[in-house]
Amino acid sequence: MKLKHILLLPIMLLGLTSFAADDIFAQPKKQTLVVDNANVFSQAEVNNLTQKLNTFSNETSTQILVYTTNDLQGYDVADFAQRLGAGWKIGQKEFDNGIVIVFKPKTTDSPGRVTIQTGYGIEPLIPDITAKNIIENEMIPAFKQGEVFQGINNAVDICISLTKEEFTAATYNDIASKKSNDGAGIFFLLFIIILVVIFTSKRKNHYNAGTRSNLPLWAALFMLGSSSGRSSGWNNFSSGSGSFGGGSSFGGFGGGGFGGGGASGSW
Amino acid sequence: MNKKTKKLIIWGAIILFVIIVISGFKKSYNTMVLMDETVSGNWGQVENVYQRRADLIPNLVNTVKGYAEHEKETLMGVIEARSKATSTTIDPTNLNAESIQQFQQAQSGLSSALSRLMVVVEKYPDLKANENFRDLQAQLEGTENRIAVERRNFNESVKSYNAYIRMFPKNIYANMFGFEKKAYFEAEKGSEKAPEVNF
Repeated sequence: MKLKHILLLPIMLLGLTSFAADDIFAQPKKQTLVVDNANVFSQAEVNNLTQKLNTFSNETSTQILVYTTNDLQGYDVADFAQRLGAGWKIGQKEFDNGIVIVFKPKTTDSPGRVTIQTGYGIEPLIPDITAKNIIENEMIPAFKQGEVFQGINNAVDICISLTKEEFTAATYNDIASKKSNDGAGIFFLLFIIILVVIFTSKRKNHYNAGTRSNLPLWAALFMLGSSSGRSSGWNNFSSGSGSFGGGSSFGGFGGGGFGGGGASGSW
Repeated sequence: MNKKTKKLIIWGAIILFVIIVISGFKKSYNTMVLMDETVSGNWGQVENVYQRRADLIPNLVNTVKGYAEHEKETLMGVIEARSKATSTTIDPTNLNAESIQQFQQAQSGLSSALSRLMVVVEKYPDLKANENFRDLQAQLEGTENRIAVERRNFNESVKSYNAYIRMFPKNIYANMFGFEKKAYFEAEKGSEKAPEVNF
């Protein structure tokens, strides 16, 4: 009986910790840049905004998360957005170029709250004062008139134009490919060794295998080379496989960090 | 022949054991060094954001001075608290409960001097409408948020470091190599969340 208890203990502890963890700040399985928990957008508006943010993310690697909620779970709106951005890892690890916009609608007994939180890499491009100005000039006047989408959409447009010059998919891919190439080196070597072993053993059986095997080897090397250029789980825009404007799919959150920069406002 | 193989097996086992022990040592030691560095790095960030707040103050004092000539005493209080806060820094290799406590005291002295100033400011509507002042207000608010975040990050890294070095058998290695438990940056009551800066 005692042994049973001891065995049960870790299971109970596991259960406790998983309950204690802040579920909303853990990275969700379904990753999207527009989360409308407060239901303030129409379906068309959600699609429209998602499309815009995905395209922007694919072009520049900068990620903007728009999150609406009726319940800030007792956190201050800025605190909530910072935890969300850091937990979901918005933006790329190399740049910390994530932005989180959190909106809580005004209700009869509580003020409306909005915040723009900037990742470490965004702080120099959108200083706190600028974030404050965006909130006071673009968002709150629109929110007061009930134009929630318009206010958020305008703010997103400004954030996009403020950060566009600084981060481009090309520089991001440079950094990402340098990193993944380091890891790919060993696989590359292993791959060649395996190929050599395979081909030398085959050559004994087929007299014409030597001429034929060149093509798969080259093809394989080419494939390997091109795949090492892309980071895991990311749509490599410059690989050129898609000729469209390319925005519809979203590759997933990066690993961006947030340090509490930004501003918030209420109405 | 039989004796020889026996001897070989014994020696092999000893060597294997030594290798396992050493590699265990090495791994734990390296992880401890890494975690120790993370804690120091996070402490650096904590000091950075406090410095950022201190850097905003001269500008703030000057702006307020222009509108509130009669509040010399409050302004002097802020200036004094600031110089006290900026002169108290901790060498990250000496992060103990006492030094953190000292740092904390100096910074909270500045926090309360600042909040006294903000109460005074309420009396001057012209100042509150001043654009420069509003910019400073936004920066101060962002800085208070940053302080809360970096403090939390620091405490989290201390927590995982402390947990790591106190676990068996790493506690034995930690003792041997002189890794000590680190102190948390305890928050004052009610300052867990960033204070709201309302003017």
